[in-house]
Amino acid sequence: MDIKELYQDIILEHGKSPRNKGKCKGYNHEAKGYNPLCGDKVHVYLKLNDIKQVENLTFEGEGCAISLASASIMTELVKGKSVIEAKKIMNDFLSMIKNDTVIKSNNLDEDQKTKIMSLSGVKQFPMRVKCATLSWHTLNSAMEGKKDEVNSEAVD
Amino acid sequence: MDIKNIKSQFPIFSKKINNKPLIYLDSSNSSQKPLSVINRLNDFYSNEFSNIGRSIHTLAVNATNKFDETRISVKNFINAKSKEEIIFTKNATEAINLVASTFGQQNIREGDEIIVTELEHHSNYVPWHFLRNNKKALIKFAPINDDGDIIIDKLKELITSKTKIIAVTHLSNVTGTIVPVKEIIEMAHKKNIPVLVDGCQSAPHIKVDVTDLDCDFYAFSGHKVYGPTGVGILYAKKKWLEKLPPYIGGGAMISEVKKDKVLYAPLPEKYEAGTMPTAEVITFNESIKFLESIGMDNLMKHEKEITNYALEKLKKINSVKIIGNPKNKAGVISFLIKDVHPHDIATILDEYGVAIRAGHHCCQIFHEKMKLSATARASIGVYNTKEDIDILVQAVENCRKVFNLK
Repeated sequence: MDIKELYQDIILEHGKSPRNKGKCKGYNHEAKGYNPLCGDKVHVYLKLNDIKQVENLTFEGEGCAISLASASIMTELVKGKSVIEAKKIMNDFLSMIKNDTVIKSNNLDEDQKTKIMSLSGVKQFPMRVKCATLSWHTLNSAMEGKKDEVNSEAVD
Repeated sequence: MDIKNIKSQFPIFSKKINNKPLIYLDSSNSSQKPLSVINRLNDFYSNEFSNIGRSIHTLAVNATNKFDETRISVKNFINAKSKEEIIFTKNATEAINLVASTFGQQNIREGDEIIVTELEHHSNYVPWHFLRNNKKALIKFAPINDDGDIIIDKLKELITSKTKIIAVTHLSNVTGTIVPVKEIIEMAHKKNIPVLVDGCQSAPHIKVDVTDLDCDFYAFSGHKVYGPTGVGILYAKKKWLEKLPPYIGGGAMISEVKKDKVLYAPLPEKYEAGTMPTAEVITFNESIKFLESIGMDNLMKHEKEITNYALEKLKKINSVKIIGNPKNKAGVISFLIKDVHPHDIATILDEYGVAIRAGHHCCQIFHEKMKLSATARASIGVYNTKEDIDILVQAVENCRKVFNLK
């Protein structure tokens, strides 16, 4: 396998300049995630409106290119979606990374699909899967209003 | 023995990793094993296996003798005074836990103080943390400077009448700092404070003489010393092993068991309850023989040469920053590459067949002090060559290219 399959230009670019970083105004949900093996940390801030739509989504954190790019792409893709749609996208993403399945969600345009699929190379690097999935699990935790920090070792 | 050709004694180096020859630079984590060690394990299980101790059949007697031979070899390897001072555990972590638990039980009271340092591996901090929790003891951290050296004067200032023990690493697994433990031990003993030395990184890489150091406890693990997993070694002065309570109870550690009392076995069995990693301990003797056949002086000279070569080459790369610059450094090199996270470095290097470690290396206290979340670490073993370092350097140089950085 080629290392460039993992480090695609989209990933490198998002890793270098992650979108939606920081604490968004008026967030009403948040969650923290931690990978004890590598020390990666992520803090997701989510603003849900009355009709359970993601009005805003940002994150703070430090980590490798994969984890930053994944979090950055996640915020772009999920913003504006309903919680139900956001979960579908998340499940699509996790399934793609773990089981090599295609993206089924109808709620992503082609550009968004390209972005999410740029992370598919991670599945060939089992030790890096958790770098890519931590922010998504943390988003899920925020949407569900869970109190405990997400520990990458305790989730799939 | 020609140290340059030592790789040929390690079967793993004839394998390809990602279609590349293996460049193994993760020996601080665990070392690879020479054929003599691998063969011994197979041989023992194939031809000699028996448990040790109780049975009186031929195989049991042989295994018991062989087990004892390793103990004598270990005693000689670290120059302990008697073989009763050598206790086998499952790893160095268990050895340190043994001391913290039994010493703590007997000697630590509320408000007592334990000194560790900011260089410690989690295995030489967390066992003491248990005492902080259970006994309301206090843990004080001797600070390090930016070079990664322990500030000895500051350590001295931490000692009070309540200090009950000092636990310090002999060699940092992040910066490669060789700690002047003898000086610390002398200082501590003037105030009757015992010292535990974490020897995980020193035992494989420098000549260790526990009698000269005069340490009270010295712990190391077999798997870092070219031996099998499952073997930890605790050296402790006899006076402590006689005085401290046993750690794990069960078979083999008793001399007499009645309904109303239990008498414990003499040393060293007092601390070796249950079936031990018999085959691994017996095999470990081959690891010591392997090191003796090279000679620790030759090994140190070789590793120093490779380390200096690696430092010199890596320092020439503008984007590389070496973490720590200790006065006395062994073959552990933690580094950063500008704009490339250590985990990405490890993945990219792996594509070159170069095995390093990335993360906090079980030293979060150190990383927090240095304001780092993770580092990449190349650590040298006796089998590494200048050619290995050349490939490391080439792979490191390529990291920024993969990242489209100049």
